[in-house]
Amino acid sequence: MSLVQDTLQAVMKKAIALAPDGFIPGGHPDPLIHHKHGLIGAPVSRIDGPLKVSGKAAFAAEFPVDGMAYAALKYSSIPRGRIAELDTRAAEAAPGVVLVMTHKNAPRLQPMPPFMSQPKAAGGDDVPVMQDDQVHWNGQPVALVLAETQEQADHARSLIRVAYEAGHGVTALAEAKANGSEPGLFQGEPLKLDLNDAEDKLAAAPHKVDVRYTTPRHSHNPIELHAATVYWEGDALRVHDATQAVDHAAWTLAQVFGLREEQVHVTSPYVGGGFGSKTLWQHQILAAAASRLAGRPVRIMLSREGVYRIVGGRTITEQRVAIGAQDDGTFDALIHTGTVAMTPHNNMPEPFILPARSAYASRSFLLDVETVKLNMVANTFMRAPGESVGTFGLECAVDELAHAMNIDPIELRIRNEPEKDPTTGLPFSSRLIVEAWRRGAERFGWSKRGAPGARREGEWLVGLGCATATYPYYRMPGGAARITLTRDGRATISISAHEMGMGTSTAQTQVAAERLGLTMEQVTFAYGDNTLPGVVLAGGSQQTAAIGAAVSAAQRQLFETLLQLAGNDSPLAGLKPDEVGGSDGGLGKLDEPQIFESYASILQRAQRESVTAEAEAPPPLELQHWSMHSHGAMFCEVRVSTVTGEVRVNRFLGVFDCGRIINAKTARSQFRGGIVMGLGLALMEETQFDERSGRIMNPSLAEYHVPVHLDVPEIDAIWLDEPDPHTPMGARGVGEIGITGVGAAVANAVFNATGKRVRDLPITLDKLL
Amino acid sequence: MTPFDYQRAADAAGAVAAGVRGGAKYLGGGTNLVDLMRETIERPDCLVDVSCLSGGIDETPDGGLQIGAGVTNAAVAADRRVRERYPLLAQAILSGASAQIRNMATVGGNILQRTRCGYFYDDAARCNKRRPGDGCDAVDGFNRNHAILGASPACVATHPSDMCVALAALDAMVTVEGPAGPRQVPLIGLHRLPGDTPQIETVLEPGALITAVTLPPNGISARSRYRKVRDRSSYAFALVSVAAGLEMEGDTVKDVRLALGGVAHKPWRALAAEAALRGRLLTDAALQGAAEAELSPARGLRDNVFKIDLARRVIVDSLSSLAQAREIVR
Ligand SMILES: Cc1cc2nc3c(=O)[nH]c(=O)nc-3n(C[C@H](O)[C@H](O)[C@H](O)COP(=O)(O)OP(=O)(O)OC[C@H]3O[C@@H](n4cnc5c(N)ncnc54)[C@H](O)[C@@H]3O)c2cc1C
Repeated sequence: MSLVQDTLQAVMKKAIALAPDGFIPGGHPDPLIHHKHGLIGAPVSRIDGPLKVSGKAAFAAEFPVDGMAYAALKYSSIPRGRIAELDTRAAEAAPGVVLVMTHKNAPRLQPMPPFMSQPKAAGGDDVPVMQDDQVHWNGQPVALVLAETQEQADHARSLIRVAYEAGHGVTALAEAKANGSEPGLFQGEPLKLDLNDAEDKLAAAPHKVDVRYTTPRHSHNPIELHAATVYWEGDALRVHDATQAVDHAAWTLAQVFGLREEQVHVTSPYVGGGFGSKTLWQHQILAAAASRLAGRPVRIMLSREGVYRIVGGRTITEQRVAIGAQDDGTFDALIHTGTVAMTPHNNMPEPFILPARSAYASRSFLLDVETVKLNMVANTFMRAPGESVGTFGLECAVDELAHAMNIDPIELRIRNEPEKDPTTGLPFSSRLIVEAWRRGAERFGWSKRGAPGARREGEWLVGLGCATATYPYYRMPGGAARITLTRDGRATISISAHEMGMGTSTAQTQVAAERLGLTMEQVTFAYGDNTLPGVVLAGGSQQTAAIGAAVSAAQRQLFETLLQLAGNDSPLAGLKPDEVGGSDGGLGKLDEPQIFESYASILQRAQRESVTAEAEAPPPLELQHWSMHSHGAMFCEVRVSTVTGEVRVNRFLGVFDCGRIINAKTARSQFRGGIVMGLGLALMEETQFDERSGRIMNPSLAEYHVPVHLDVPEIDAIWLDEPDPHTPMGARGVGEIGITGVGAAVANAVFNATGKRVRDLPITLDKLL
Repeated sequence: MTPFDYQRAADAAGAVAAGVRGGAKYLGGGTNLVDLMRETIERPDCLVDVSCLSGGIDETPDGGLQIGAGVTNAAVAADRRVRERYPLLAQAILSGASAQIRNMATVGGNILQRTRCGYFYDDAARCNKRRPGDGCDAVDGFNRNHAILGASPACVATHPSDMCVALAALDAMVTVEGPAGPRQVPLIGLHRLPGDTPQIETVLEPGALITAVTLPPNGISARSRYRKVRDRSSYAFALVSVAAGLEMEGDTVKDVRLALGGVAHKPWRALAAEAALRGRLLTDAALQGAAEAELSPARGLRDNVFKIDLARRVIVDSLSSLAQAREIVR
């Protein structure tokens, strides 16, 4: 970026920060915030629940297409080098085989523009997709078999023989570090932040901790395997995908195949979990390429091993956290730095320092993520990228400092509660973490916590721990929505958003019904289709807000049109869109609800069957005007066996400050699900990446451990439900925060139980013997 | 998966006739074999389904039980006689796998299930079991689940079964039907240590069919316990497991049974520890000494050194808590 652009941007940023609230989206609170007893917040069961439990919801690999062929992938077994020989004859001769595709016969393709390189880029990496003989990681697809059945494809795949000429792959972290590091750039901006000489302030501080933490690789394991059903209609590409980014996928596929974006149609009505992994990886591209080559529709569904080999996960982190404090516990210095691994073919520097930017007041900060490069599958987003592992280091260090200073860790946190954002100086839109701590401490019985190692029950040592959960409010640009209202009083909301099982379609149906004054049965929420308005990524916990802002804009447009149609004969004559609200199947004046006309009546008089409004959400300037974050107070009780070192979690409580909760039932599931995933992160999840070969050695759910039922105790998740005055509906998104803070809460509880600090995740029993 | 023929055996003799042919394999519940076939680690050209053979659990004349090789793991663990007379076995089975897998898995298949070593499962890795002479990538690789006893430079894999650890402690005998007729093999002599030929995992000749397991009566069941140690509470293989049983006469050990799982290429009967305890006063020092006697030859690898200490702790704790426990009267 040029200096002029840089300067312009800085000036703009400043201007947005200083602008009057009223100029900023969210400057006038969403009227919906005042709806207290309606659908918002109600524990409505998921509207797609019956479809799912009866097997009627069609997932990406369940669309039948005439003449379909099935794909299987052969993966490389070296990390770097070239394919010297590729013998596909036996595979081609095997029963049912339609074709074998390799770099020798694949159609010419452009590499995927990788995520964040352009607004709609969705590629996991930018390696050429089966275009040459080069191998970039151990597990890269080197051949694809198409056959009449999946079994035939799988068998033929096993007959392919590949000989490699090994190159030098960097697969050991130590070697990657020795090769030098580069500062991490996240969303185009440096992660490094150096404010007021933190190292000097740390050195001079009367109390300090300076500790190192590590977190391992994690692999994605959504229950639905990555899959797509694809076919060509002339030059147009049709993809039934499992994706959390229909528009991004379509645009990126268009770049790869040299098409116009309109020629690619991606739909994804149901997704069996995404967590950041359901974006564009090689399988959709290879399936589309093979479909073109064979002239047949293709279904590809990765095996579980396939997901480990070609879908990236969370990368390894090495973190240093140093805190210097005064006698009263206030922080002089907060240092959070470290190293993460990436690849030469992606840019995702697991931004673990993000929580430290706003969690605590401090007189100085040094935050930095250095990246080193390994030949491995491109690492990617995984539920709360950055925060999930960043809160482990940060919140353990706070606990360590509290212990060293003999201050209660909650009290220490409260003493460092900032009044405004400590690194940007922006005011908080809403921040109630102190309240969450007070409520949680009371509810959990925090005062009963004893000294480390003091509480023993039989062979078990029992301890309590806590940590702050935090995740930002995001809203990405590009939101737009369409509302169609028909004379029979039904509305359809159309937006290219996603339902990955978290309850988006249910919650948004509730919101739309509430906004329009309709029942949920009268509202249809159409989504998961790139031909619908808007670009709404299901990521960054931003869908709720992004959809909310777009639908709210469309609703305003709709009301304007309706008021015009209503004309002078209506009781509503002369009112402005902001003066009316939807209620009882029509429009009513906000402060005088008896001034009212039903939608049916308006449309009838105007002799219209329906009315449609489409609008774009305003750009998300609120993010530069306020510091907007959700928080949670996380409490954990563990027991640790004095015989075996086994750690078991007795109970867990999360008290969340996430603004207004739209649906109590689906939100609670998100919190709980996040906490369960956090327990996995704390206690067992670890991708075994063999540093000799760069190969993942536990690519299955038998050997890669996620929590089972018995590992998950009763989880209590409650929330303050205080609307954020500056977000759509007053909500801030709940998808990711649940996993944050959990690793630290568990580790801190383990310390309280045993007096042992485990600073390297996962906390396996050998570390406690 | 490589294409294969499937046939269902009508009886043991028929099964053996089909099973001795090279390339044939017996099929129990398929929970291990079919997985390995999917990975093309196993490539039989014929599956002889024996899951419908030898399905009963019967009393033996001496007061023990004979369990057919085709009985499912779930059925064994649910059998009242097993639960009353061999609680160790029921506990061991229930600590393994998942309910779904136990519903499919058979006694015969459980005994002959193969190691879970990641390098054995990955065709891209070197493994002397898959390709004798290839080398072993596990020795210096991920080997947390690997052996600390009886391993060799050629192979450090473990036998993963829980059930077999209990069977080892219970002096189980395995009935085998082979081309040369039936014979009895003690469970603790059935699996081999890896040595230079880790691809040969048992003393059974090719085509041998397991038809039953016989449990003799014993005096330890009232004081016995299976303890399995693992990071995940369930659905995980043992890092270390201990099947322990005690018969006391006052404070003196009349009989003791101790077997370890997760530590070796076979279910590990801790004979040295038993010998150190039998007829002795059960003091803490005696327990420590017994554990030491068993574990002094143990050697750790990169990721599993802790298992030596862990095994010692679990042996000592299991036996001392059994000694303290009042006899469990069932
Ligand atoms: C995810 C997972 C987790 C597991 N966790 C555990 C655990 O925690 N603890 C544990 O102990 N086990 C565990 N298991 C293993 C499970 O116990 C075995 O897969 C099962 O016992 C095998 O029995 P089967 O009847 O299905 O054998 P099969 O898969 O049918 O056969 C296994 C082998 O035995 C041979 N065979 C079968 N029957 C006979 C016979 N009668 N005579 C001769 N040969 C025969 C077969 O040819 C084959 O080689 C787990 C398995 C899985 C998949």
